[in-house]
This record gives sequence, structure tokens and C-alpha cells, in this order.
Amino acid sequence: MTDTKIALKPKDFETDQEVRWCPGCGDYAILKQVQTAMAQLALRPSDVAVISGIGCSSRFPYYINTYGLHSIHGRAAAIASGLRMANPNLSVWIATGDGDCLSIGGNHFIHLLRRNFDLNILLFNNQIYGLTKGQYSPTSELHKITKSTPVGVIDHPLNPLSLALGADASFVARSIDRDGKHLQAMLLRCEQHRGSSFLEIYQNCNIFNDGAFELFTDKATKADTALFVEQGKPLVFGTEAQYGIRLDGHQPQRIDLREGSFSADDLWLHDETDLYKAQLLARFFDDPRTTPNALPRVFGILYAAQRPCYEYDLNEQIAQQQAQKGTGNLDELLSGNETWFIA
Amino acid sequence: MPFQYKDEVTIKFAGDSGDGMQLTGNEFTGNTALTGSDLATFPDFPAEIRAPQGTTAGVSGFQLHFGSRRIFTPGDRCDVLVVMNAAALKSHLNSLKKGGILIANIDGFDHKNLRLSKYPDGDNPLQNGSLTDYELHALPIGKLTREALRESPLGTKDKERAKNMFVLGFLYWLYDRDMQSTIDRLNAKFARQPDILQANLLVLKAGWHYAETIETLGTRYRVAPAPLPAGEYRNIMGNEALSIGLIAAARQLQLTLFYGSYPITPASDILHHLAKHKNFGVKTFQAEDEIAAICAAIGASYGGNLGITGTSGPGLALKAEAIGLAVMLELPLVIIDVQRGGPSTGLPTKTEQADLLQALYGRNGECPAVVLAAHSPSDCFDTAMEACRLAVQYMTPVILLSDGYIANGAEPWQFPTADQLPQDWKVKFRQTLQADEVFLPYERDEKWVRPWAIPGTDTLTHRIGGLEKEDGTGNISYSPANHEYMVKVREAKIAGIADDIAPQTLTEGVENGDLLILGWGSTYGAIRSAVRDLIAEGHSVAHAHLRHLRPLPRNLGDLLRQYRRVLIPEINNGQLVKVIREQYLLPAVPFNKIQGLPITSAEIKIAALSLLS
Repeated sequence: MTDTKIALKPKDFETDQEVRWCPGCGDYAILKQVQTAMAQLALRPSDVAVISGIGCSSRFPYYINTYGLHSIHGRAAAIASGLRMANPNLSVWIATGDGDCLSIGGNHFIHLLRRNFDLNILLFNNQIYGLTKGQYSPTSELHKITKSTPVGVIDHPLNPLSLALGADASFVARSIDRDGKHLQAMLLRCEQHRGSSFLEIYQNCNIFNDGAFELFTDKATKADTALFVEQGKPLVFGTEAQYGIRLDGHQPQRIDLREGSFSADDLWLHDETDLYKAQLLARFFDDPRTTPNALPRVFGILYAAQRPCYEYDLNEQIAQQQAQKGTGNLDELLSGNETWFIA
Repeated sequence: MPFQYKDEVTIKFAGDSGDGMQLTGNEFTGNTALTGSDLATFPDFPAEIRAPQGTTAGVSGFQLHFGSRRIFTPGDRCDVLVVMNAAALKSHLNSLKKGGILIANIDGFDHKNLRLSKYPDGDNPLQNGSLTDYELHALPIGKLTREALRESPLGTKDKERAKNMFVLGFLYWLYDRDMQSTIDRLNAKFARQPDILQANLLVLKAGWHYAETIETLGTRYRVAPAPLPAGEYRNIMGNEALSIGLIAAARQLQLTLFYGSYPITPASDILHHLAKHKNFGVKTFQAEDEIAAICAAIGASYGGNLGITGTSGPGLALKAEAIGLAVMLELPLVIIDVQRGGPSTGLPTKTEQADLLQALYGRNGECPAVVLAAHSPSDCFDTAMEACRLAVQYMTPVILLSDGYIANGAEPWQFPTADQLPQDWKVKFRQTLQADEVFLPYERDEKWVRPWAIPGTDTLTHRIGGLEKEDGTGNISYSPANHEYMVKVREAKIAGIADDIAPQTLTEGVENGDLLILGWGSTYGAIRSAVRDLIAEGHSVAHAHLRHLRPLPRNLGDLLRQYRRVLIPEINNGQLVKVIREQYLLPAVPFNKIQGLPITSAEIKIAALSLLS
């Protein structure tokens, strides 16, 4: 390995494999942005490993010209953890979906986050099972009609960002497939963060759940439903920046700045290092289709903080033990503390 | 007083969990080893961590078998039984031979103890004449201990704790031992607690003097040294030997050992042992569940470590899908299954051999993996080394079967030195490409083995996964012909390992005969003892014991056909016997015991004699 940075283009991260997602799938946009981000970050392809589980999103490794492992359903987090422990010099990316990460792989996901392995988790959330052709997922909204719920979903949907913060994730962000520029910026921050970087990406499944996030991307509605947070900036949204969020005690309140009761100075300033505020932002989870004057859905980095990473602490323990006891004498190990001779 | 020489002796120490019977047993064992006897031990723990005092559920036992001949098992029935309370007598009297020595602590047979162990009210077995078949020595051990410690500044409870030393001293006298090894160990252990040290030494000597003084002991016993090969020995338990074997193998392969595991009885001690050896560069990872444990090990192997996971039967079931992934990825992986009684939670602290078919076949699809079994505590070392060798040299998962009996059992081990270990195991990762060469992750060598190219290696970027793949390129392939070819190739790779393992040999006996007893795993000692006896009695019997269960040794079929009958004893409902019948179309006869207990050599002799008559 050398640390000479090489100029790479997104094309250098493409493979010879035919991409087999459905035409129009949001995954294409994500793939392009990840390849661009990797080039932008000047990552050497041979120092990158993309690990996935099962699902449409988990085909990702086959299309990125790095090391890649397409594993079994839900287990990418556990495999990536082992890989990080084996080689902490690699840049490790997990590509996962809402079923893979939050349903069958939910246990590994929370334990990965609490251990804070230094890697990136890209959750392609399309609120549906695509590969198995259209069953509801743990993030599908209530009452949704799907193949497995002909009279509507009665499972309460899971809030991935709140779950991640509950597991003490050190980096929690949300982006969307249709906003390439924002997604690009989030991917760069993920790789730069030391620890588990969790990025939820709203991804449109145009076959089984088309338009699930349309309100957040459609020109007519986007400004009123989506709030893009930036460090140190007030929480403002709306076509004319006419709405804002202020804190009334610990209650977030949606206000209309045009009414005159509050000014821009009264608004909540975003601080991505504030865990309590991040937890409130993650709870902005109203369905704008059914809730009038809903709190807007938050995009951007909700939370980013530094704390120890498991694999670095593990290596530190090993180094400490070796400094104390030496690097291990095999003969002493074989003989143990007590031996005897037979003549 | 006369000395009587014995060829072999089996002693069982039994008492309440708090009576220190494991310590007493281990101490007597260490002392026995110094006399040059061969030996084997087995602890019998209660299932509960703190079972109610005085009840049979709380009885903790430790059995030692030693002798001037070769010893292969912890012994079928006991010559000496030490019971510290009524519950211990109730639980273990049936293991004492008629005429055997029974040493009972009278203080453990008071009204409360008798009630807790469910003896009829007022019917003390030490006094009601029910033990006339045995040489009973009922001693007031608690009282004698307190008496010996009259001057000690220790509190009543601490004094009470020393009573196991009385038993030890008593037995040291009975077996004419030098107590110095125990005195040295007590000195080291309690160097900073002089009152406790003094108390233990006093009570130890009190036990010795009491035995010397009372006149009921008519005989003292001696056991001559066994004809063991000359050399340096240590005592070793199965799980520890397995752990050392993994560390040694990783050293010889020049790989970092990664061990991912989730706590489960009786495999957890492997995690404990390995976690203590971080200075060897060992990485241990207590995962969130069994699946994460194996998947982390797969991830570590993918990254160039020696990935290992350990568990027991229920955990092996949970790992099945991930083993399939490792078969498809063709990465090195060792899966240790320390078997226990099943199915489901079954008998967690009891032994069984009922995971063989699960190890051989328990996965979706045509999914061949190497399967090995260790046969004794010290053999866990060699089998662990072999498992790691095959996993790495053949890029395959290897399942290593141990069980609760050998995991916790102990025996003397003539351990190797580091320079006696194989020196030519160094792993060669794929590092470079020729000019114009395209890297093919599934290009195979003459043994069907693919290259191991790890992330971080320049120019060798590639993608692998659980989907069926095209041979050579590793690209996803749904081609019917390719799938059939790949299934056959994966099978051929594992089957071909038979060329790289030693031919099956006989442990006892000669080729061509009336009966071959074929075993695997922890039945080794019992079969070998039984076969030695049968040969000595003039029968035409031999013993072969399998380490490699998949693939089987090339010559096994020919070997089996040299005998009129083949008997296969197993602690299950007949698993290896199915494989042997299917593989060789031989009418092998099963002998099965499924009680959570080892098969005894006496039971094997009876089964063998019924086939010989």
C-alpha cells in the first residue's frame, strides 16, 4: 500500500458486469453517486470493500470495481464487523435495504452501531420488498396494500434514524436518491467520519412502491415537506423559506414566519453534535400525505460525534498485552505452568 | 501395615457444590501424575450454578482413574467413593463397586441433610446397615476440622471451608503419597493469607494423621508407574487443548487467529481461554448471537485472518446458512461444535454425539464441508491443528466435533515443543498478476482449490457471493450446466482431501479378524480399554477410531471388510452407522446409549461379546 493519491474517475469504479436493476430504479442514481464519491475521496479500489446482504440493493457490490462480498440475508453488518477487525486499514461500505438491515438483520445492525466499527452503512430504504416482488417491509406505512397485506398493513412502521440513535450510533444522516448533489455531500461525510456512519437513503422502487417519497422530491411539494439541515443554520423550509422550527420547551413547533409572532432569530439552530436535538429531529416522522401541517422530514446530518471504535480498541488491547507479556511464547503455552517428567 | 499394589484405581469425590470437590479432585490428580501413573479425569458439575445446598441437584462430582497400565477413560465404576453429604451418597452410591471403600462425612448426614436428600425420616444410611456391601469409613470430618483449627483465628465459615483438605490428607495416607506438591501449591496460593494457609496445612496433616491413627484402615495402597513413553508431561483438558491447538496452528500458518463466539455450554471455555491470549495476537469477539459469531469469522477470513467460530449443537443449527455461504465463497473457516445432549436445549451439561449428521448434512443445497472429530482431551490439540490446516490449504469450512465429555475431561499429555510442529504451513496469499493476466477468483489448482486474494491487495479486486457463480470468473451464473458442474467441483474438492490424510490405522488389534469396533469422538477410551481386555481374553477383536468423518479415509472400506462383523458404538441413536452402511453397503451393527453419559468399556465388552458368540 502506498499513500500516493491517484487521480481516479467514477468510471474507474465501474465493473464489467451488466447492471440488472429494473429500468428507472433509484439504485442507479445511488450507484453513480457512490462511484463518484469514491473517486472524489481518492480511494484506491483495492483498499475498498463493499459488503451486502440480500435484496435488490445488495447486488451493489457486483457493480463497483473494488473488493466486494454479496453475503446472506441480514448478515452484512456482522461480516463487515469481522472484516474491520481483520484489517482496519480498509474502507468498508455496507449496502443494505430496509428488509435486510431492519428486519432480518436488525440485531446485527444495532450491535454494529453500538460497537461503532469504522465503516459506512448505506440503507436503501424503499419501504417495500422488491426482490421478492412486493411484500410490505418494516418501514412500510400503516394501511398500505401490498401482496402480503391485501387489506392493509397493521405493522407499525419502524423509524430507522431513531433506532440508530437509540443504539448510540455516532453518525446518523438521511438523503434521497433524486438529489444527487445532497447525496454526494452525505457520502463524502460518511467516509470522513471515524466510526459507524449510518446514511438512510430514500430510494424509489418504481415497480412495487412508485412515488413513495414523491412529496419530498416533487417540485410542487418538496420545499414544504422536506427540511435540509446544515450545521449552524436555522431550521427553515418552504418555497419562500416561510416556515421554520422552534423549540417550545422540548417540543418542536412548526411556525409560519409570515404570521409575525416569531422571527428567524427565534428558530432552532442546527447543531449536529447535540444528541438530544438529533433525537427530536429523528422523530420528525409524520406522514405528510395524512398529516396536515406536518413537521417536515429532515435530510442531512442529524448527528455526528466522536467516540471509540471497537476495532481500534481491540488492536490497542492486543498491543498492550504484547507490551506487558511479550508476543507469546508458543513453548510456554504448550507446556503450561506445571509439568512432570517420566523417565 | 502392608501395602497392596493395584493395577488401577478409580476414585470419585462427591459433595455439595460448595464443598470444594473439584479442587480436591484436581489436587489429588496433580499429585497422582507426579507418581508416574497414567490417568484420566472427568468432572460432573450440577446443571445449576447455585443449586440448593444439600440437595441431589447440587451435588458436584469429580472422578479420577489412574493406574500402572495405560488408562483411556475416567473409569466405569469406583473403587473409592468420598461423599461429603447424604445427597452425594444418594447420587453416586450406584457407581461404587461392591466391596469398595466408602468415605463418608458424618456431619453431612444430619437431620436436615437427610431430609433435603429425601432419605426417609430418621433413617440414616450410615447407621441403618444398608451399606454392609462396602468398606464404610464414616468420619466426623467437620468436627475433626474444627478441632484441628481450634487455635486458628479464622471464623467458623472459613474453618469449615478447609474440610476438603482433611479428605485429601486422608487419601494421601491411604495411597502412600508425598504431600509436598499440595503443600507447595497451598504456599503459593495463600502466600498473602497466612491464616488461611496455616489452616489448610493443619487440616491436610490432620487428615493424614487421622488415617494413620485409626485402626479401621487395614490396608494401604500403592500404584506403580505406568509404562508411559519417557518425556515431559502436563495435564490437559479438552477445551484448553483445543484452544492451544488453534493458537499453535495460526502461528504455523502465520495467520492472525480470529475467534467469534456466543456463550454456550459447554463451548464457552474456548472463548475464555483464547481471550486470555491476546498477546499471541489472538482476536476474540463475543458476538451478539451465533449467526453474528460465524459471520464475523467469515468476514475475518475474507480479510485474511484465520476465522474460527465455536459453539454447541443449537448454535451449529443457527450457523447452518452461514456455513453454506462459506462453502460457496470457498474461504477458510473452522467451526467447532462441542456437542451436548439434544435436541433443542436438551441436556446442556451432559454429553452426546448426536450432531454428526447435522455436521455432515445439515445445510440447504449440496453443501460439502470437511468434518473432523477429536477423541480425547489431548487429541483436541491435534484435531484443532488438522482442522486449521485443511481449512486454509483447501479454502473450505471445516467442522470440528468435540463433546462435553472430552471438553471437561483431563488426561496427561506429552506435549510437543514448538519446533516439533509442522514448519511448512505458511500461507501464500495471491499477491500479483502476470502481465495481461485477468484475475480469476475461482480459477482452481490441481486440487480444485481457488486462490485466496484478500482486500487490500493491489490489482486483484474481485466480487464474490452466495449466488451460484461461473467457474473461473466467479461471475453470477444461472446456467444449468454450470450449476451442476460447480456442485460436482465443490464435492470433488472435499472428496479429494482423502488423498491428503493418513490411511485409517488400527488403535488395537490386528487386521483380519472376527470383530472390528469402529468409533469416532469421545468413545475412544472406552472402546480401546474394552478391546484391550477382549484381546487379552483371547478374542479376535480390533479397534479403529475415525478422526476424519468427511472425507473418510480411502482405505476404510477395505479395512472394514477384513472382519466378520463391524460394531459401531455411539452416544446417539445411530448416526455413523448410517453413513458406513450407506457408503460401504456393510451390515455394521450399532450399539447406542443416549443417557447423556459416556459409554463404559464394560458396556462395550458386553455388546462385543454378543457379536463374538
